[in-house]
Amino acid sequence: MFLKEYISDVVNGVSSLLKGMRKTGYYFTHPKEIITEQYPDNRATLLLSERFKGEVVMPHDANNEHTCTGCTACELACPNGTIKVVTKFEFSADGKKKKAIDTLVYRLELCTMCNLCIVACPSDAIIMVPNFEHSVFDRTKLTKVLNQPGSKIREGIE
Amino acid sequence: MYNQTEIIKDTSELGADGELVINMGPQHPATHGVLHLVVTLNGETIKKIEPHLGFIHRSIEKMCESLTYRQFIYVTSRMDYLSSHINNLGCALLIEKGMQIEVPDRAKYIRVILSELTRIASHELWLGAMAMDLGAFTPFFYAFREREMITDIMEDTCGARLTMNYIVPGGLMYDLHPDFQKKVKAFITQFKSKVTEYEDLVTNNIIFQSRTKGVGILSAEDAISYGCTGPVARASGVSCDIRKIYPYEVYDKVEFDEVIETAGDSFARYIVRVKEMNQSIRIIEQLIDNIPEGDFVAKTKNVLKLPKGEFYSRVETARGEFGVYIVSEGGTTPHRIKFRSPGFSNLSVLNHIAAGGMIGDLMASMGTLDLVIPDIDR
Repeated sequence: MFLKEYISDVVNGVSSLLKGMRKTGYYFTHPKEIITEQYPDNRATLLLSERFKGEVVMPHDANNEHTCTGCTACELACPNGTIKVVTKFEFSADGKKKKAIDTLVYRLELCTMCNLCIVACPSDAIIMVPNFEHSVFDRTKLTKVLNQPGSKIREGIE
Repeated sequence: MYNQTEIIKDTSELGADGELVINMGPQHPATHGVLHLVVTLNGETIKKIEPHLGFIHRSIEKMCESLTYRQFIYVTSRMDYLSSHINNLGCALLIEKGMQIEVPDRAKYIRVILSELTRIASHELWLGAMAMDLGAFTPFFYAFREREMITDIMEDTCGARLTMNYIVPGGLMYDLHPDFQKKVKAFITQFKSKVTEYEDLVTNNIIFQSRTKGVGILSAEDAISYGCTGPVARASGVSCDIRKIYPYEVYDKVEFDEVIETAGDSFARYIVRVKEMNQSIRIIEQLIDNIPEGDFVAKTKNVLKLPKGEFYSRVETARGEFGVYIVSEGGTTPHRIKFRSPGFSNLSVLNHIAAGGMIGDLMASMGTLDLVIPDIDR
């Protein structure tokens, strides 16, 4: 009885192992079914989804104009103080005083990519872009000013 | 070097009655997701296991008390990071219940589909990591191949692979990606054709079976008294699926079985999770073609304020019952917040099921509990 059990255990064990090995052998002989991406070498062809939350940027058009009104909705929506909006007063052509942004400071090292600032923005002035390679040698380089130097608000945005 | 007999002869390392204390755990507190176990051994037999927590404590509950009701949801992704979508859902459900926000049907359907995809992704990762704990290296890659398709879907729709933060109180942050249904269907076909590979590689493997069968047995009474939930309790024969008992969203409209095994050992916990993946696929198949058109988010006020009182909501994550308890004073931030995380209760049973066994079996008992340490420490 004991011998019978022992032999059947051995046979079952070997057959189950062979079954698993067959699967491994199948992929060994079919290298085309293996999906491995050679990351640093495939940067040219690497496609990330357009929604991927990598970094907050402020798009500027050809005239170096943005749509940020300086309402600080993004600053209020941010859970961990990533965004700081510094505002100033500008005088328009007809002498009216108007609020505008001086700098929009974005601290990438604090950002958790929760997207709440993008949702809160009433004028779509900031967007998320799928850029994920953020390594720098000095972490002060991660503190960014989003509006370009000399940029101003586009006409007609309130 | 020492051999076994020499160590035991050296009485200075031994306790009073010949026991040996070893530390299984982190080499450095900065490594992610670490659990420190102080294991008291008698030879190779475990006498006692004492888990030491706190290596990854971030005081999330206190942090949430300073954030508004829109802001605190993202923090819960950092607790049980493998089912972050379901954690977000639990918090959103509480706010919707407290403020009586009517969520559009479209949002409900999408939330359930994404929750089930998250559950499959979590179980896939567990399967790979668990097989690797027991010494089988390749199942990890097979499991991650299918999981990668889910993370791709999440990346397309939610914008992130792990910490999605796609759910806002009242619905979803933005609408589905146009390719969503096509990609989910492609995933279902792929998963169904490849799930047999797990059977061949892991389930039917004689080494895996003999290392897990009869190891770490947890009885139904102990599962209840230790507060175990999720697959750990269901493998012991306790019916505890929140999706069945307190259905939320559209779980009462879909047909699925609550997977229950009665053996209570490590192998039963493995089987429960593998079968649960198939049930999740079943739920997704019923919903994916019937997503109703309409709004994806309800109109809510700009500033959310919960009425004064106490609120509790629960969801079934991949690990068990996740509960959110909020005491509100009527302000814009919670007065007190408490998370009931499934991992903590499931970890507390470890000493009970592994003591008296061999140290080699500890890996099987611990692996099948499916512990996510940031969920335990918070």
